[in-house]
Amino acid sequence: MGVRRLVVVALAVVLLVAPFVFSSYWVGLLTEITILAMLAMSLDILLGYTGLPSLGHASLFGVAAYAVGVFSTTYHMGFWSCVLGGIVVGVLLSAAIGLVVSHVRDVYFLMITLAIGMVLWGLSYRWIPVTGGDNGLSGIPRLEVHAGLPFAGPNTFYYIALAVFATSALAIAILVRSPFGLTLRGIRENEARMKSLGFNTWLHCYLSFIVSGFFASVAGILWAYYNGFVSPTYLDLTASSELFLMVTLGGPSTLIGPVLGAGAIVLLKNVMSAYTARWLLILGIVYIVAILAAPRGVWNLGDRGSG
Amino acid sequence: MTYLVTQTLNGLFSAALLFLIASGLTLAFGVMKIVNIAHGSFYMLGVYVAYTVIMRTQSLLLGAIAAMLVVGALGFVMQRFFLRRFGNDPLAQMMMTMGFALLFRDAALMIWGGDPFTLQYPGPLRGSLEAGDVVFPLYRLFVIFVAALVGVALWAINEKTLIGARLRATVDDPEMASATGINVARLSGLVFAAGAALAAFGGVMGGPILGGYAGIDFDLLPLAFVVVIIGGMGSLKGALVGSIVVGMIDNFGKALAPELSYFTLFAPMVVVLAVKPTGLYGRA
Repeated sequence: MGVRRLVVVALAVVLLVAPFVFSSYWVGLLTEITILAMLAMSLDILLGYTGLPSLGHASLFGVAAYAVGVFSTTYHMGFWSCVLGGIVVGVLLSAAIGLVVSHVRDVYFLMITLAIGMVLWGLSYRWIPVTGGDNGLSGIPRLEVHAGLPFAGPNTFYYIALAVFATSALAIAILVRSPFGLTLRGIRENEARMKSLGFNTWLHCYLSFIVSGFFASVAGILWAYYNGFVSPTYLDLTASSELFLMVTLGGPSTLIGPVLGAGAIVLLKNVMSAYTARWLLILGIVYIVAILAAPRGVWNLGDRGSG
Repeated sequence: MTYLVTQTLNGLFSAALLFLIASGLTLAFGVMKIVNIAHGSFYMLGVYVAYTVIMRTQSLLLGAIAAMLVVGALGFVMQRFFLRRFGNDPLAQMMMTMGFALLFRDAALMIWGGDPFTLQYPGPLRGSLEAGDVVFPLYRLFVIFVAALVGVALWAINEKTLIGARLRATVDDPEMASATGINVARLSGLVFAAGAALAAFGGVMGGPILGGYAGIDFDLLPLAFVVVIIGGMGSLKGALVGSIVVGMIDNFGKALAPELSYFTLFAPMVVVLAVKPTGLYGRA
């Protein structure tokens, strides 16, 4: 336990002082990591805490990013309308998908979310008048400018992302320790028993899906502003499974695990792409080795019980 | 009317290809609960292997045989050494197949390069059939016919042979099947390899029309998954019905509203899931 607490404190300190210590390249990477870590945590609500393996999670993230893209470039809407619009679209989409998937479990859930995710990807790719197809949408204004902040630059964006990340992490931590969160874990462990205790398990799964979609949307909005453009790659199967890898590699049903997983994948991706064009090959091998070596995630290594 | 007939035949052609892909996917799921992300890669590797062989020998038949052997062996190795050890953990298995899917795509890019290509039409099937106003390529009819033959053969194996009986027993209840002396591990390997070979065969059949390109693996995968979800996971009959439904809808959807293709698949899937969560012929 001591080692883990130390790791968490060290991480927090590094994240706080990063812009004063590292070059802008690394601050950029850290910004990516905080946004994707938020996304990975939102998946962990489903995958780790509720036991619902979603393989279409990137599509919620991507659709919220597209909403920001469409609202800000096609309709020239203001900052808060874009943010709210992105959240509303993302949450409504989660609510709609949740209706279809909340009564299925396990591997069926996996397959159906995968199919739905790919359908949404197909839509982003082919619905050219709205989404710009393969080219995506570019020209999303910089967040600092769009919001009318007095400061600008990568460090400002980094601190905004970090603040949103910390707030979300806190909210999710409170959520999973709340009675609601405990019920979710109960459903993961033994749904029949929870049902016989009088819990409406369908509703809990449904709400869990929507909450997870909410945090994924927030991450998607930041991601759209960070990159300044949106493209179908945000929501393709590779994105969803990379996200899945972040959570399983780091350690599902912990909140630090997905953060570490996100950090590891982003760093690996950037470092490796500097040396080789065979990135997919290496990522494939990372999947295989990770599953062989730590099927329950790095953060759960040495743990016998479950979190 | 002509339009309707032509589009229906096109839809049947898509259904034929989808059936070849989805039957292996659904069987692997039924027997091993594997959600195989690499199944589209088997299709892709099938086209590429056949391409190499056909360039040398000019024979579609030899290409098909080589593709099925190579990809089937690959599937067997994958199941034997990487998937079997995670027999009771579907998530680990899925991640494993995802890893292989990425590996296969990059390996294919390394070996065959990124240029798209199509396989040659086999000589005698190059023409088209004319009946009244309807002109329909002979080759597409041939593929529909072959897929129907494969369907009949699979049905016969499944219903009339000892292996089929063992297979059905394993799909129903792997533990009981194992207790009655069925070697479930070997059967699983066989089914996985056969499914991979069938997908590769589908790749060769689709090769002259869809061809091969980087990314075809993930283009076909969602369609195959929707087939399996609609038909019911683990059911061959479901794969057949699902293929026809998806083939038709995808084809008419693409013709009528091209920008919404893929999305047109969403509606039937949701309807089926709402009415019968296990799919048309699936069992919970």
